[in-house]
Amino acid sequence: MALVMSAPSAVRKLSRATIWAVLALSVLLSVGFFSLLALSGASKDFNIVGAILVAVILYIVVTFGMSRFVEGRRKATDRLATALVTSAFIVALLPLVSLVYTAVGNGINRFDGDFFNSSMRNVVGAGGGGLHAIVGTLEVTAAATVISVPIGIMTAVYLVEYGKGRLSRAITVLVDVMTGIPSIVAGLFAFALFALFFGPGIRFGIGGAVALSVLMIPVVVRSTEEMLKIVPNELREASLALGVPKWLTVVKVVIPTAIGGIITGVMIAISRIIGETAPLLIICGMSTSMNYDLFSGRMATLPVFVYTQYSNQGTDAQAYLDRAWTGALVLILIVMVLNILARVLSKILAPKGSR
Amino acid sequence: MHAAPSATRPRSRQRPGDVLFSGAALAAGILILVALAAVTIFLVAQALPAFTANPADVSKDGRGFWSFVIPLVFGTIWAAALALLIALPLSIGIALFISHYAPRRVAVTLGYIVDLLAAVPSVVFGLWGITVLAPAMQPVYVWLVDNLGWIPLFAGPVSGTGRTVLTVAIVLAVMILPIITALSREVFLQTPRLHEEAALALGATRWEMIRMAVLPFGRPGLISATMLGLGRALGETMAVAMVLSPSVIISFALLTSQNPTTIAANIALNFPEASGIGVNVLIATGLVLFLITLLVNSLARFIINRRKEFSGAN
Repeated sequence: MALVMSAPSAVRKLSRATIWAVLALSVLLSVGFFSLLALSGASKDFNIVGAILVAVILYIVVTFGMSRFVEGRRKATDRLATALVTSAFIVALLPLVSLVYTAVGNGINRFDGDFFNSSMRNVVGAGGGGLHAIVGTLEVTAAATVISVPIGIMTAVYLVEYGKGRLSRAITVLVDVMTGIPSIVAGLFAFALFALFFGPGIRFGIGGAVALSVLMIPVVVRSTEEMLKIVPNELREASLALGVPKWLTVVKVVIPTAIGGIITGVMIAISRIIGETAPLLIICGMSTSMNYDLFSGRMATLPVFVYTQYSNQGTDAQAYLDRAWTGALVLILIVMVLNILARVLSKILAPKGSR
Repeated sequence: MHAAPSATRPRSRQRPGDVLFSGAALAAGILILVALAAVTIFLVAQALPAFTANPADVSKDGRGFWSFVIPLVFGTIWAAALALLIALPLSIGIALFISHYAPRRVAVTLGYIVDLLAAVPSVVFGLWGITVLAPAMQPVYVWLVDNLGWIPLFAGPVSGTGRTVLTVAIVLAVMILPIITALSREVFLQTPRLHEEAALALGATRWEMIRMAVLPFGRPGLISATMLGLGRALGETMAVAMVLSPSVIISFALLTSQNPTTIAANIALNFPEASGIGVNVLIATGLVLFLITLLVNSLARFIINRRKEFSGAN
C-alpha cells in the first residue's frame, strides 16, 4: 500500500548527469583542498590517499542527501549502498596500488646486473646481491614441488577414482585440516622432525622443502580433485567398455583431459609457497654465501633474504633497504609470472570441445 | 608417478598395473594421514619438555609456561579479530560489487585484481607495512589520541613510529581480504536467479533485493568465509613480526608503542637465537597456535558442510 501511495513522488528521479556532476565536483573540491594544504606547506606533499578518501566521502554524503530529498528514503538507501559497495572496492585497491608503486619505485634502485650476479659474501654496506637467495628459493621450491606434486595428484586420484567409505572421508577432512596449518607451524614441524635425527642445531634446505610440502600438498590435492571431478563419467565408461584397464583409463584418459586444470593448480600452489618466509626462517636459516647443496648447510632464500636485509641493517642502512626492496620486487615478479603462466596454460591446455 | 608401472602388460588378466596404480594412490592418501599424525606427534614430543621443565627456566618471570603463553594467545586473537573487523565489511562490499554491481564483462578482471592481492608474499606486505603504512598512519594516530583519547582503545601515549597493533591489523586485513572476498563472491553468485528476479519484480530496489535475497541466502557461506579468513590471520607471521615492536603484555590500547605480540611473530623473532629449553617453549607455543587455528578452521568446515552447496570453498 505504502508503495502505491508514494508512487507519484518516486517518479522524480536524479538524472545520471547530476550524479556524475556531483562526483566530478566532489573530486574537484577534495583535490583543491589537498592541493591548498600542500601549497601552503601544512602537509609535506600532495596527499593522494587523503584526497581520494575525502572525495569519496563527500560524494556519498551529497548524493545521499540529494536523493533523500528528491527521490525518497528507499531510493536514497539504494544509492548509498551502491556508493558504499563501489568505494569498498576502491579502498581495497589503494593498498595494492601503493604496494606495487613502492615495490617498483624502491626496488628499481638495485634491479641491476650486480643483484643477479653476486651473493652477499663479505659484503658490508652497498653492493652485493641476491643470487644466493634466488638460487636457494628456486632449489627449495623445486624440491618442495617434486615432493608435493606426485603425492598431491595421487591422493586426488585416490579420492576421486578409488576412494570410498571411511578412509576417503578421513583423508578429505585431514586435507582440510592441512590447508589450515599456519606456515610457521609447518616450519616448526620440519624442525622438530629433523632435530630428532640431526640434533637441535639443524638448518638445511631440504627441511624447508619438507615444510613447504606440508603447505603445498593440500592445495594440489584440492585443485586436482576439483579438476578430476569435472571429467565426464562418459569418458571413463567408454574407455573401460573398450577393455582398457582402470589404471590406464586414469593415466591415458582422465588425467590428460584434466591436465590443464591440474597444471594451473600446481602453478598456483607454487606461487603460494614461493613467498613463504616463516618456515624457511626456522629450518633453512640464513646465509650470505652461495650454497647449492640442499642437504647440508644453511641456505638463503629470497623471502628470508628480504626479511634479514630489512631487520639486520648494517652501516649504510639505505643499501640494505634497497636490496630488501629489490628482493621483494623479484619475488613479486616471480609470483606474477607464475600466475599469468598458469592462466595462459589453462587456456591452451583446456580440453577441446567437439571438433 | 604414472611412469612407474608402465612396464606391466595392460592386456594381462591379472592387471598388475591396476594393483600397482591403485596401491600407489592409496599410499599417497595414507601418506597424508601419516604426515598429519607426524606433525602432531613431533610437535607434541618437542613441546613436552616445556610443560614439565622447571618454571624458572621457561619464562623470565619464572611463573611457568602458561603465564608466558597467555599474553601471546591474547595478542594473536586480538590482532586477528581487529583485522577481521576491518576486512569483513570491505570484502562483503567488494564481493557484492563484483557479483552484483560491476558490469558482467569487467567483473572477472576485477576479481582477478583482488586475487593479485593474495599472491603478494607476506614478507612484502610486512616491508610495505613498516616503510609505507606505519609512517602514513602515524599522524592519524596522533589525531585520534588527541581527540578521542578518552576512549580506552585510543588511549595514549601515542606511538612515535606508527608501529602499533592497529597498523598490524590493517596489514592483516589487506592480506585476508582476498580470501574472504573470493569465497563470499562465490556464494553470492550462487543465489538463485529466481529469488533475485522475484524481489526486483515486486518493486525492490537493488539494495533491497540484496538484503532480502542475496545476503540471507549467503549467510552460512559468509560465516565460513569469515572463519577461514580468521584462521589465516591467526597464523600470519611475517607481517606481524616486522611491523610490531613486540612486548609480551595484555593491553587493549591500539595506538601505543606497547603492543601485545602474537604467537607466530614471537616464534619467528626468537627462534633463530633460541637454544635448549627455549626451543621447546617456542614449539609448545606453536602447538597452541596449531590448536587455535584447528578449532577455528574446523568450525568453518562444519558450517560449510552443513550447507553442501557452498562447495566453492577453497
